[in-house]
Amino acid sequence: MGDIHSVILIAVIAGVTMLIRFLPFLIFNGKRKVPEYVMFLGDKLPYAIIGMLIVYCLRNVDFVTASDWIPSAVSVAVVVFLHIWKRNTLLSIIGGTLLYMFLVQAVFV
Amino acid sequence: MSTKEVIKKAFIKSLPVMAAYVILGMGFGILMTGRGYGPLWSFVCSIFIFAGSMQYVTVDLLAAAASPINAAVMTLMVNARHLFYGISMIGKYREMGKTKPYLIFGLTDETYSLLCDDRDYPAGKSQRELYCFFVTAFNQSYWVTGTMLGALIGTVFRFNSNGIDFSMTALFVTVFVEQWLTSEEQRSALIGIGAAILCLLVFGESNFLIPTMILITLLLSVSYRKGGKNNG
Repeated sequence: MGDIHSVILIAVIAGVTMLIRFLPFLIFNGKRKVPEYVMFLGDKLPYAIIGMLIVYCLRNVDFVTASDWIPSAVSVAVVVFLHIWKRNTLLSIIGGTLLYMFLVQAVFV
Repeated sequence: MSTKEVIKKAFIKSLPVMAAYVILGMGFGILMTGRGYGPLWSFVCSIFIFAGSMQYVTVDLLAAAASPINAAVMTLMVNARHLFYGISMIGKYREMGKTKPYLIFGLTDETYSLLCDDRDYPAGKSQRELYCFFVTAFNQSYWVTGTMLGALIGTVFRFNSNGIDFSMTALFVTVFVEQWLTSEEQRSALIGIGAAILCLLVFGESNFLIPTMILITLLLSVSYRKGGKNNG
């Protein structure tokens, strides 16, 4: 494949990504008042979406194969535990990720 | 709060994303060099696309020399969730001035997860804008830095980065726990997880995001109709 084709692909992907991000702001610009219902969604969505993103991150986990789901389940549990215990975001992320890498590279190979 | 304090606050807020982005960005850079795309290609992607999971998909699209139409449809599917981020930030970003286009451009999953909760924004309009701008810009700088590190490492040697992508999961789990402990929105959180699991089971892993977003909207609409505006 040529470089020109690659440049076109990257431009298309960047363009569509920007379009999606700007669209809500273009629809509800300064002139149009944002409906109360949309503001309500805006208030509640963050909590629902973070839940959705967790499921999205774990979507490829195979719950039949123990070597696949145990590292994810254990590491997620450890992140939850670490975070409730210490409330330190960096510690929770780095601790969970190192544990997960150890489990998939050294234990459940 | 002085400008310096706002920048410091933004930097501290962004630290967890630094860990996730440097690691994930490295993964992207390594994958790109593995497919024969050097550091400049990775750099351009991270500057202009700036969308974590979509850039991982981009590696495959480039390697397969996909058609522009396919690339556009794929981008729509993978990034449709960003429509939701926009909707939920309309109110918070309405007062923003000249950096607003950049704030919108940089509204990635991770940036959104840091800025969607405006309870810890600084007081004052210009301080809030400065804060949001620096959180976004710090995040992109981590992403670009990680990408370049990965692209350089990928051209020099290989190491076992297997499992490194868990940092993204860990970030979202952390944000979830934090929100769970500090807000009254447990019902919305459960709606998100429940709807996503249900749609994952019904529609499968490559098609469940859009049904999930529709279902979440429907369920939240029901509580809006019931006048549940103030009871979580």
